[in-house]
Amino acid sequence: MVPAISVRSLSKRYGSLQALDGVDLQVEQGEFFALLGPNGAGKTTLISVLAGLARPDAGDVRVMGHDVVRDYRSARRALGVVPQELVFDPFFTVRETLRIQSGYFGLRHNDAWIDEIIDRLDLRSKAHANMRALSGGMKRRVLVAQALVHKPPVIILDEPTAGVDVELRQGLWEFVGSLNAAGHTIVLTTHYLEEAETLCGRVAMLKQGRVVALDTTRNLLADVSGLQLQMRLEPDRLPAQFEGRARRDAEGAWVMALGRHAEIADVAVALRAEGVEVKDLRVREPDLEEAFVRIMGRR
Amino acid sequence: MIGFRTLLYKELLRFWKVSFQTIAAPVLTALLYMLVFSHVLESRVEVFPGVSYGAFLIPGLAMMSLLQNAFANTSSSLVQSKVTGNIVFILLPPLSHAEFYWAYVIAAMVRGMLVGAGVFLVTLVTVSVPFPNLLWALAFAMLGGGILGALGLIAGIWADKFDQMAAFQNFVVMPLTFLSGVFYSIHTLPPFWQAVSHLNPIFYMIDGFRYAFFGASDRSPWMSLAIVTGCFTALSFASLQMIRRGYKLRH
Ligand SMILES: Nc1ncnc2c1ncn2[C@@H]1O[C@H](COP(=O)(O)OP(=O)(O)OP(=O)(O)O)[C@@H](O)[C@H]1O
Ligand SMILES: [Mg+2]
Repeated sequence: MVPAISVRSLSKRYGSLQALDGVDLQVEQGEFFALLGPNGAGKTTLISVLAGLARPDAGDVRVMGHDVVRDYRSARRALGVVPQELVFDPFFTVRETLRIQSGYFGLRHNDAWIDEIIDRLDLRSKAHANMRALSGGMKRRVLVAQALVHKPPVIILDEPTAGVDVELRQGLWEFVGSLNAAGHTIVLTTHYLEEAETLCGRVAMLKQGRVVALDTTRNLLADVSGLQLQMRLEPDRLPAQFEGRARRDAEGAWVMALGRHAEIADVAVALRAEGVEVKDLRVREPDLEEAFVRIMGRR
Repeated sequence: MIGFRTLLYKELLRFWKVSFQTIAAPVLTALLYMLVFSHVLESRVEVFPGVSYGAFLIPGLAMMSLLQNAFANTSSSLVQSKVTGNIVFILLPPLSHAEFYWAYVIAAMVRGMLVGAGVFLVTLVTVSVPFPNLLWALAFAMLGGGILGALGLIAGIWADKFDQMAAFQNFVVMPLTFLSGVFYSIHTLPPFWQAVSHLNPIFYMIDGFRYAFFGASDRSPWMSLAIVTGCFTALSFASLQMIRRGYKLRH
């Protein structure tokens, strides 16, 4: 099976800025893949190259096996992109927008599918409203709908949940999840790392145009330390046996790594024996955010 | 083909939805020119024997409006799409370079011809003009609209902002259209300015178009046709090349 996305030695510069610097990446068909990285890391640039909106300086970039430069028409037919920027054409209504977008992809009688996306994205009540009259979240939904008119096997969503309410976010992920279950490959970027953690099987992290991590979500989580116990004490004194294992965090609370949940009881017993009162106690599970912070902090 | 037809439809709908601005307004402007100029100059100028100044003016005005609006259509559509960012909706689909080019240029030709026809019809109220030779008239109208549509496409792709676009319009298109013999025959100019006028491709569009009405012109209509066809071919080639390279559209 050809990979859904294949990127080899991709470089792209804007003037003197190296936006992408030798990126290698492969996404298999059917994956739910996250592209993470701080602002300016090059996520949107990478997506732009895949979509043909930006031209690569060097490297080989393919969507479903089609070279995005030489075989651009096949590559674009296989790809649906939800752009990061909230753009719309103020001349048209929602339905006109979706009909026109279908036409650009060579589809004429697409109303059954358009109706389905309109329903799935909860746009029914706005179908005949002018784009100008929609709220930001509604416009975002139309952008998602536009990316799906041609049922692309590969769908890329560039921060689809920025500025979107909880309900839409959940509805959107449910819809995208069902598309993934139906065999569509999904790539998303987001700054909400818990979204990526729960949805995505694999993650690539970009930093200054380079891939600094590329692994399954599970492996990335396994690499970060296990449970962490965070406590505030009165008096602010730790029993001697824990002193080597604990440190203070930025807010002055004690932080201690634990192997198992059961160790919490040992700590509590030791604290009571010393007459120390626990003012506040939190247990933190390892999360992708921690992995992200660590990986970005390296070098 | 469906992609091309959809883009053409979208471009037509875009100006049609605001036709008061895009068609009615330029027709009114031309009518005002007509009333003012023909009133002032009627008794003083006779360009072709037996043709009144008002009659002489009508085809030129119609053609000038056609050209300016063909240019305005592609250029404003593209700049607007670039500035608002919705150009991505056209850049993401698998439209071919030729589909992109012809959809924009044909929409520009259609708007230009609608405005031109409108100008012709309303100015007829003031002066009567012989019925044109349709073949010559259509040939020059379509080629002229195509040339200015293509020029608008190039300007629209080149300009990043509305003021760059306006500069192109005010410093290139307006002078070329005004100094093309719309309001006078270039034979009335001193030799130097006559020679300069012969370098202006718009002169040949107006002159050829006028030939369709009066059977008289400054230059042979065949020569004008050849020059205008050459210009259109060259501009089409240049535009397609820009689109193919993604100049200023694909970074
Ligand atoms: N058209 C452009 N011209 C010049 N520089 C650009 C252009 N597009 C992006 N850049 C630069 O390339 C770098 C990568 O930008 P990019 O938009 O890909 O980042 P990102 O990872 O998507 O960030 P964010 O999370 O903020 O969306 C940035 O430094 C940006 O300023
Ligand atoms: Mg981005």
